Amino acid sequence: MVPLSYYLILSGILFACGVTGFLIKRNLITIFMSIELMLNGVNLSFVAFAAQWHALSGQIFVFFVMVVAAAEAAVGLAIIIAVYRTRETLNVDQVDLLKL
Amino acid sequence: MHLILFLIFGGVCVAGAVNLLLQHHPIDSALSLVVVMGALAAEYLLLGAEFVAAVQVIVYAGAIMVLFVFVIMLLNAGEEARSGGSRVAWIFGVPGMLIGSVLMAWVLLKHSGNSHVEVGALPGSPQAIGWLLFHDYLLPFEVTSILVLIAIMGAVVLAGHAQSPTRAIEKKEG
Amino acid sequence: MSVGLFILVSVIKIALVFFILLTAVAYTVWLERKVVGHMQNRWGPTRVGPFGLLQPAADGVKFLFKEDLTPPHVHKTLYIAAPMIAVVFALTSIAVIPFGNWVSISDTIYTPLQITDVNIGLLIILGLTSLGVYGIALSGWSSNNKYSLLGGLRASAQMISYEIALGLSLVGVLILSGSFSLREIVQAQSGHFWGIIPKWNIFYGGQFVAFFIYLMAAYAETNRIPFDLPEAETELVAGYHTEYSAMKFAMFFMAEYANMITVGCLATILFLGGWNGPIFGPYIVQVLLPVFYFVAKVFAFLFIYIWVRGTLPRFRYDQLMAFGWKFLLPLSIANLVVTALVVALKS
Repeated sequence: MVPLSYYLILSGILFACGVTGFLIKRNLITIFMSIELMLNGVNLSFVAFAAQWHALSGQIFVFFVMVVAAAEAAVGLAIIIAVYRTRETLNVDQVDLLKL
Repeated sequence: MHLILFLIFGGVCVAGAVNLLLQHHPIDSALSLVVVMGALAAEYLLLGAEFVAAVQVIVYAGAIMVLFVFVIMLLNAGEEARSGGSRVAWIFGVPGMLIGSVLMAWVLLKHSGNSHVEVGALPGSPQAIGWLLFHDYLLPFEVTSILVLIAIMGAVVLAGHAQSPTRAIEKKEG
Repeated sequence: MSVGLFILVSVIKIALVFFILLTAVAYTVWLERKVVGHMQNRWGPTRVGPFGLLQPAADGVKFLFKEDLTPPHVHKTLYIAAPMIAVVFALTSIAVIPFGNWVSISDTIYTPLQITDVNIGLLIILGLTSLGVYGIALSGWSSNNKYSLLGGLRASAQMISYEIALGLSLVGVLILSGSFSLREIVQAQSGHFWGIIPKWNIFYGGQFVAFFIYLMAAYAETNRIPFDLPEAETELVAGYHTEYSAMKFAMFFMAEYANMITVGCLATILFLGGWNGPIFGPYIVQVLLPVFYFVAKVFAFLFIYIWVRGTLPRFRYDQLMAFGWKFLLPLSIANLVVTALVVALKS
């Protein structure tokens, strides 16, 4: 018997780690992975609430979040590859001008 | 027993997430994220969501993260560099996030009341999820399939151009 | 059954199945060398023991005693971890595969001939196959060698492309059986129709197209001829396992053959009726006869694998990818639509 708040705290910790990674990391791909970590934290709280209220829609929403994350990862990584091809760097501090 | 298993897998999740922040090379961060996703799949199983756990392993850990690992290997950009901006972010960001999460944990523990979750609380069998997905949530299902199609087309177009537009124009003029 | 007895029986089952699987992996190598040798009009291994039956033991001893090199500029952690990842995920899939019916050994022990029967057994095997890609991708990258990197990337891209066709070909079987549990899929194929023809999914369920797609996708997933470009010696030195020697190379080898056996067991369960067959005799024979039928069917599937390996040339990489995406994927979707239509119209 685990209290619901424990699951929500775990989800919140994962989300906080994702936000921290988004702020402190300088590599484009690692920033993208922090976004995926945030999405995973949100998935956990969806499933926890679905278990508590016995509503299966929580798990259905996890599917939609996963599909959106997959689509976003595909397009985002394609953009990252294009950025690397033109600017030869993945450091966000150096990708700061519209002109090459 | 449920609490012990929850704490073990929760500990693995948090350790993987913190390791993602502390590693310098993106490939190590990517593998820590795979570990986090595996531990999350175990947490979903503890909550009874068996189909969601299997899909998490197959789709998230087995396809999306493989895509990340591919791109990191292809681009081979190397370790991360420190800069002024990142030092400022470390000084303000990490304590800020720590304070924020402690605050949130305190609020949640204080106001949670008596709500407990049992092991396997809501058996999310594939039949039940399929029924809901194709009856109540049919429109979002079809819309997400169109979204995935658009993402595929976008990724193919973006990754297919081997030259930047400026270089293509220079080649034309020269 | 009490908890202690359950744990004891499970540990015995795990040890037995693991031991049998490792022996089967070693002797699949022997079988392949013998069969390919006879197809090429030569003997294969004959010197070590009668019919060369002790050859796997000799190979094992050789791998143990070889010098275990670690080249200087590799990424140490990933270099050591990659073969372990490959072999762990290849061997774990055997945990959900059923070999026979429930048996009662004494008054208190009543257990299925399977390590664990999970509701989502088929999805677990698909998930483990997806995770096995990491072993190959990481080994290619950590070797710090351009041939290994290219081989690793090609192998992983091939594996994830054919996973889609593999998964979709199985959905027809799922529609017919109504469950992801492997035991229930086999039980849905028991019985006969027209008197003597067994109700296997490949005949009665009409899944012969799905079986063909599954066979092709299985060859690509396990990196076997005709889809073994990523590890062909003439193309990329040895692909992703160029820089590996001794025990680590043996682990990759074991992982490939364990994957073959897993794929064979899955094909038997899903398409060829699992352990169903005529049962007769005293109780101990009744318990062992389904296991014998299962092993015979897996052996037949492995023989087809090795037969194709000795016969066909290999695909070029662009032909390989075009085959997976432009032929197998639409065919598997068409199979899914036709199966769903037939089942919906029948009921």
